Amino acid sequence: MTTELRGKSAIVGTGHAGFGEAHGLTAYDVMAQSALAALGDAGLKLSDVDGLFCTMMEDSMPALMAAEYLGIQPRFIDGTMSGGSSFVNYLTSATMALDAGLCDVALIVYGSNQRTASGRLVTASRPPAYEAPYNPRYPISAYAMAAARHMHEYGTTREQLADVAVAARAWAQHNPEAFERGPLTRADVLGARMVGDPLTVRDCCLVTDGGGAIVLVRANRARDFPKEPVYVLGSAAESSHRQISQMKDFTVTAACASGTRAFAAAGVTPADIQAVELYDAFTINTILFLEDLGFCAKGEGGAFVEGGRIAPGGVLPVNTNGGGLSCVHPGMYGIFTVIEAARQIRGDAPGIQLKDIDLALAHGNGGVLSSQVTAILGSQNTL
Amino acid sequence: MQDANGPDQLFQRALAEGEILLPKCDDCGAFHFFPRVLCPHCHGAAISWKQAGGKGRVHTTTVVRRKPERGGDYNVCVVELDEGVRMMSRVEGIAPGEVAIDMPVTAFVGEAEGVPAVLFKPSEG
Repeated sequence: MTTELRGKSAIVGTGHAGFGEAHGLTAYDVMAQSALAALGDAGLKLSDVDGLFCTMMEDSMPALMAAEYLGIQPRFIDGTMSGGSSFVNYLTSATMALDAGLCDVALIVYGSNQRTASGRLVTASRPPAYEAPYNPRYPISAYAMAAARHMHEYGTTREQLADVAVAARAWAQHNPEAFERGPLTRADVLGARMVGDPLTVRDCCLVTDGGGAIVLVRANRARDFPKEPVYVLGSAAESSHRQISQMKDFTVTAACASGTRAFAAAGVTPADIQAVELYDAFTINTILFLEDLGFCAKGEGGAFVEGGRIAPGGVLPVNTNGGGLSCVHPGMYGIFTVIEAARQIRGDAPGIQLKDIDLALAHGNGGVLSSQVTAILGSQNTL
Repeated sequence: MQDANGPDQLFQRALAEGEILLPKCDDCGAFHFFPRVLCPHCHGAAISWKQAGGKGRVHTTTVVRRKPERGGDYNVCVVELDEGVRMMSRVEGIAPGEVAIDMPVTAFVGEAEGVPAVLFKPSEG
């Protein structure tokens, strides 16, 4: 997105469904419940939706499946599949489509029943031919190798990784919507079952069910809806690889580029951001993205997160809902970074509501650190 | 190489014969991996095949933890060959947790999941 699109669209509804375990429901059931929740939040009906932005893990034509299930006939669809970042990426295409008059009500929606259906990540992706024979465990082996390289180059420690999980849990403990709310200490994380060195099971995101949805309209009518609008000030993407063995530098992600362009479009800097919602599939993600988005220098992410500095009461509020590590992670978490950022700005966050939030950042990650998408959201005051 | 036409087939056929061939761009001279019909560096389409030197270093590594009754823990790593290309593989001959970043390794053709595959062992000396 360029500066010409700054503030052209606004989020007027958010919703979710099926957090934790959605017994007896299909992924599309959860998707539809999420859509209804977001439209209800916006005071709109499904029949108002004429732009649909959706992808699911199970199918190769999920936007068509979703439109059919919902009983709508959208005039604009985007089903671009970049993994968990897809839903942050749709903020760009939805804003473009709205601005161009290609649709009037854009619905971004996702649903998953992976926990109750299989207990593990569901995917329609083919195994990469030059990696699969070595039996990496996807996606954890990829992130474990990124963490190992970060530790090697910068001296990042397992304790610092653990502190990311501890901070996420501390936020989640205040969020009644979060799946894991029990106490979690650094020792708990370090002592948990090792699944892919250097990551224990507590360095890994949850496997839950859940869905989310977001309704966007053109900014010029954003104040006609019940909830305070949240404006899309900037969004930008960059894709660097698909297979982890093709990642050029295991310690630097394409978030450097997506972040730089999103900040430029929004006309703000990292120092202006009051709430940071990052796709924390694994504890190393949070460290990488804080560095790459410019909240600290490369290699200093470990020290940046240490000892509660991103926990409640710390120096920077990060993943204020508990993140994918403790709140919800139904396979593709990206949409929940946008929902939490929007709710912090609206003032109706489910857990700790930060005071007077005008600017928040949502960052989506897709594949194996492959696709990076950054969005900056703002209140009416930031226009 | 009879019947082998595409880059993937050429690589796999050589591997089945115990050889590790790497694609090299005729235009810019850079190697690449995985095999494809163009050079991902300069986008030239004239590709030749060269015998890999077989020497490299572990770029990064992990241990996949697995229950003993299912075969136990094993190594997964990414090796950077002296030719400048990286590939996923595993280092055999030492405990999976002993595989270390920057460790010099030597390639050999072994088997993974029942198919011929490039594997590595620690370099001697």
